[in-house]
Amino acid sequence: MTFDVAAVRREFPILSEIIDDRPIHYLDNGASAQTPLAVLDAVRRYETTSRANVLRGVHRLAERATELYEGARADVARFLGVQPMEIVFTGGCTAAINLVAHSYGQLLKRGDRVLISELEHHSNIVPWQMLRLRSGIELDALPVTPDGRIDLAALPKLITPETRLISLVHVSNVTGALLDVRKVVEAARTVGAKVMLDGAQRAPHGPLDLPSLGVDFYVLAGHKCYGPNGIGALWARSELLEAMPPFMGGGSMIARVTLAETTFAPPPRRFEAGTPPIGPAIGLGAACRWMAGLDWSAAHDHQMGLVQRVLDGLQDIEGARILGPASLQNRYPVVSFVLDGVHPHDVAQTLDSFGVAVRAGHHCAQPLMDRFDLDGTTRASMAPYNDTGDIDALLTGVRHAANTLR
Amino acid sequence: MSDELYQARIVTLAKSKTGAGKLSAPTRSARRDNPLCGDRVMIDVKLEGGRIAEIAHQVRGCLLCQASAAALAATAVGRDAAGVAELRHDAERAIGRESGKAHEPFDAFEPVANHKSRHECVLLPFEALEDALS
Ligand SMILES: Cc1ncc(COP(=O)(O)O)c(C=O)c1O
Repeated sequence: MTFDVAAVRREFPILSEIIDDRPIHYLDNGASAQTPLAVLDAVRRYETTSRANVLRGVHRLAERATELYEGARADVARFLGVQPMEIVFTGGCTAAINLVAHSYGQLLKRGDRVLISELEHHSNIVPWQMLRLRSGIELDALPVTPDGRIDLAALPKLITPETRLISLVHVSNVTGALLDVRKVVEAARTVGAKVMLDGAQRAPHGPLDLPSLGVDFYVLAGHKCYGPNGIGALWARSELLEAMPPFMGGGSMIARVTLAETTFAPPPRRFEAGTPPIGPAIGLGAACRWMAGLDWSAAHDHQMGLVQRVLDGLQDIEGARILGPASLQNRYPVVSFVLDGVHPHDVAQTLDSFGVAVRAGHHCAQPLMDRFDLDGTTRASMAPYNDTGDIDALLTGVRHAANTLR
Repeated sequence: MSDELYQARIVTLAKSKTGAGKLSAPTRSARRDNPLCGDRVMIDVKLEGGRIAEIAHQVRGCLLCQASAAALAATAVGRDAAGVAELRHDAERAIGRESGKAHEPFDAFEPVANHKSRHECVLLPFEALEDALS
């Protein structure tokens, strides 16, 4: 079936914005996606008809707010194929990983091992290094193949009886590579390790069925999923959440406080200290409903067609090289490339003058850049509303950079 | 489509690679990184009586950073720290951080004034050189 990209575009007001007489070709979705009317309307509706704090009031606005907030939790849960009480709202994806590193991390002891990879975003590296400093865990990292995938052939060597957690990026924010989750879960089970996926770049591409993936923790960022900023979600199996001590202390996360001691609320509230980002959570719920309404098989094919167009176009530009899989198999629409002789920031700046928004630099993945001895890459990351016009503008800009800057 | 930032003078400066490389026996060396973008500048200087007799730079960075390092290498010889500070004022004027008109060759960076996120690219070589001289 064909994908009506024009219809999708109409749902995103920002896409009709004109800057300096040029339309916007927004190919920086991996950093932050744009947001549709359905999300904007949901947030506005809360702010204008139901704004109040949650969980604490008996008045009608507070009840409305609580209902919307818990409804959003249910929307996120449905999107991931899990139970609402297993969803913890966080300030973002980074906050969610830090929550796990602190709370689940408290259950780990000196000598326990956590396995990550060279492909990780800094947010799935640094919290573990900080945990290592706090509690003496050991950190191992899977290498990356020449085409930018986590090298799972190294799993048997790097998994040990002390490995407690394997935390990997589901879809790379640099190379677009999709992880072979089944292989990881199988290997983890041989030693009883838990598996966490950083879903920041996968969640924006349609509903998931986490129980069938067999993982234990999943994290995502609202702003990359067409939702607001300042909101993210952690999913964990309920028995894990039950076992985990809280991360932050404060209001809402308690059962009973005396000056002598405090008992904690059950999950998910145990992990949501203080007033949560209510409007953003409601927006994320709306974003999950919006995503659930899209035909993702058609949307994915449409976007992979755009990826192919980028790959083909770059092939004709001398000195342009892809960092990532050359094929469309097990891949999502994130394309990183380098242009020999032109620094990625200069490519991105040139593209901006063509109205094309991309990201350039190390993409918070410096160990990966070191692995390939690169200063950085230029990255185009797509969403269902991107079209061939966006890609053609990208290629025109890259050609211009190639012709004028070296 | 016009590409206002990368005007011919900046591209020419960068491609000139004036001063690119290392000195065999530097008096001082310094390295500066920009953690935001990963640009890196290494500067070697040979000093005679507190003045720069020779200068060389290695830039792992963007065109603006390379162009700025080349402009600096072309103008720094014979100057002491105060003289280099003069050059920096010129660069800051070019990118609109200080008032007044910039002189050759730093006036080439005037198009950068409108691109705040790139100001640091122009200033990084100065910071490395200031470190080397301090
Ligand atoms: C793969 C991956 N993980 C984690 C993050 C962190 O997300 P946030 O900055 O929204 O917390 C990002 C965002 O850049 C990402 O791409």
